[in-house]
Amino acid sequence: MTPRAKHLSLFGMMALLLIMVGLLQSWNVALTILNLCLISAIMTLGVNIQWGYAGLFNAGVMGFTALGGLAAVLVSVPAVPEAWQAGGSRTMLGLCFGGISIGIAVVTWLKTANWGKNRYWLTGAVVAAGYAVMRVTVDPGIAAIEAVEPAKTGFLGGFGLPILFAWLVGGAFAAGAAWVVGKIALGLRSDYLAIATLGISEIIIYFLKNEDWLTRGVKNVNGLPRPVPYEIDLQSAVWIQTWAERLGIPVIEASSIIVKLSYAALFLSVLLVVFWLSETALKSPWGRMMRAIRDNEIAASAMGKDITWRHLQVFVLGSAVVGIAGAMLTTLDGQFTPASYQPLRFTFLIWVMVIVGGSGNNLGAVIGGFVIWFFWIEAEPIGLALMDLITAGMDTDSALRHHLMENAAHMRLMTMGLVLLLALRFAPQGLIPEGKR
Amino acid sequence: MTDFLNALALMSNFAIVPGLAYGSQLALGALGVTLVYGVLRFSNFAHGEIMSFGAMVTILVTWALQARGINLGPLPTALLALPVGIAITIGLCLVTDRLVYRYYRQTKTQPVTYLIVSVGVMFFLGGLIRFIIGPNDQVFNDGTRFIMKASAFKEMTGLDQGLAIKASQSITVVTAVIIVCVLFWFLNKTRAGKSMRAYSDNEDLALLSGINPERVVMITWIIAGALACIAGTLYGLDKSYKPFTFLQLLLPIFASAIVGGIGNPFGAIAGGFVIAFSELFVTFAYKKVLAYLLPIGFAPDGLVQLLSTDYKFSVSFMILVIVLLIKPTGLFSGRTL
Repeated sequence: MTPRAKHLSLFGMMALLLIMVGLLQSWNVALTILNLCLISAIMTLGVNIQWGYAGLFNAGVMGFTALGGLAAVLVSVPAVPEAWQAGGSRTMLGLCFGGISIGIAVVTWLKTANWGKNRYWLTGAVVAAGYAVMRVTVDPGIAAIEAVEPAKTGFLGGFGLPILFAWLVGGAFAAGAAWVVGKIALGLRSDYLAIATLGISEIIIYFLKNEDWLTRGVKNVNGLPRPVPYEIDLQSAVWIQTWAERLGIPVIEASSIIVKLSYAALFLSVLLVVFWLSETALKSPWGRMMRAIRDNEIAASAMGKDITWRHLQVFVLGSAVVGIAGAMLTTLDGQFTPASYQPLRFTFLIWVMVIVGGSGNNLGAVIGGFVIWFFWIEAEPIGLALMDLITAGMDTDSALRHHLMENAAHMRLMTMGLVLLLALRFAPQGLIPEGKR
Repeated sequence: MTDFLNALALMSNFAIVPGLAYGSQLALGALGVTLVYGVLRFSNFAHGEIMSFGAMVTILVTWALQARGINLGPLPTALLALPVGIAITIGLCLVTDRLVYRYYRQTKTQPVTYLIVSVGVMFFLGGLIRFIIGPNDQVFNDGTRFIMKASAFKEMTGLDQGLAIKASQSITVVTAVIIVCVLFWFLNKTRAGKSMRAYSDNEDLALLSGINPERVVMITWIIAGALACIAGTLYGLDKSYKPFTFLQLLLPIFASAIVGGIGNPFGAIAGGFVIAFSELFVTFAYKKVLAYLLPIGFAPDGLVQLLSTDYKFSVSFMILVIVLLIKPTGLFSGRTL
């Protein structure tokens, strides 16, 4: 089978699976899965840029996703004037102090290279003083902001712009965070990057959960504006009603299918753009250089390539793509819930997608995102059915059967672990191998 | 003078005693990570789940014992169940090594691939644990809760501030001290321990001297499994057991290992206490302590807390970053196993 035929058959099978879900469960479910498949594919592309192009292990995908979500909130939610009046200027001033003191600390650090031990103490003192000034300024401001109608707002709100802008801003946020992490951890041993990114992603989540003045924390931000029409408006439109009648489906279902299809169209266009850009980059001299660095760092550095700088570049680019996908995810959900970010779901599942799909190959990353997301969702009904079959011989009120049925949902973690281990062992190249160029 | 003692009691109650217990738990966890790193040369992301698995087995055995009416009186029954838990956890480590890691060792795969493999193991174990015991909180500490109650301390010393010492905290510290002594005796005095250190120091030289690598790896997994099971059970006894927390614990454990210099057991212990005490001291509210120490009228209004308690886990990361920036090889670099 030629590679092209293989790719087509893989994507064909994927489409078939989704159509089967549409026929057996419902089209709404199928489209929900499709939308998340598209977002997963974009995340996978981002991670693939880091891992497949440069061999960097990023265990902080969750953090960059969440930063994308934060962007969605900050861009789209209308500002809360009362909160701004209550403590906005004070908080902003404090944050400026914080930024300035970081700047002073960095300058101090750089200018005192030959001061010996005093260098640490001086920089430490600058940081401590800056932090104290910031806290003293910021704390009353934050308290005032959080006191403004805590049940409804209690935060500064955002800029009230169309949420589509958030996709770009999310990418920028993630890129900024990635730059800082990369500056610290790249150039050290490879597993330090993994641990540092794991750490930063946890901190980002803690930050989002606890800084209520910015994100409302665990109180969540609901009802984000949408880039597509609302079901209610669609239901009253005449053309929908006639279409639904002609197809013989209820109007409510028809409207939600249309909403999901419009999301799918938006996501698909982003996926295509990102895919095209990464393919072009991979085929360009830059991509060849990245692969050369990945395959043999010492040889590449002997050829005069700046390895650390190139790693930083590719790390920032990949994280930006993950941030874009994170903003899209929050847009789709219509709400921002910091507590829902779990490393297993948002970091390690993405890794399973990349490895299973085929690292180093963008098409592989996309199919990996589709396949793994599909089975992640469908593992639950499949697992339940399987457990039902296995325990069919037992008493209906047997404790073991009850336990097995109740915990069948956790089968999917095990399945994903098994899939990852089997893929690494028996098909380390993935579904679509990188191939020779 | 009483003011000073009151301040000291307050600090001990909320920071020093919990810090000792938490530090011991982190140290035991970090020792496992560091040993696996020293011999197998990869960061084991599955270590948290191995701890969780060990604690889970111990809990199940504890329940079985409790159902038969067996207990240890004032001590938690879990201590009786611990040996079974350790044995089964060691079995798990050896089985995963045989089925999963051995292949990559034989093919001489690069460390990053190992790391991803351990992520796969982590996923699988996480699912297995939730499948067996469910995702909820399990309380299994049935011993005496306190060896010193706050009220008893107040009566004894006549101070205003109480100092409570939980039985689980003292059990943790005592167990940790015993385990660490045994481990260092093993590494420094026995033949097997010396061969492990030799292998970690210089693999080729060790092979030339006739050390069997498979045996060294086996011993490493046995120790790592036992340490993980003990650390997980102690953590569960002290706080409570919840499968989800062990993924979060992974970060402070890695931080402890790296801060001390990864691959160095002494560093892992020191790192564990550094991380634990910094977490508690940075998130401690100094208001009452200052009220005792400063002259009357100077007591601060705010909580005087450097970071809110919610950021406890992020402290370990900040220390990790500082160490990575200033001394990437860790505080006790240069010495491995």
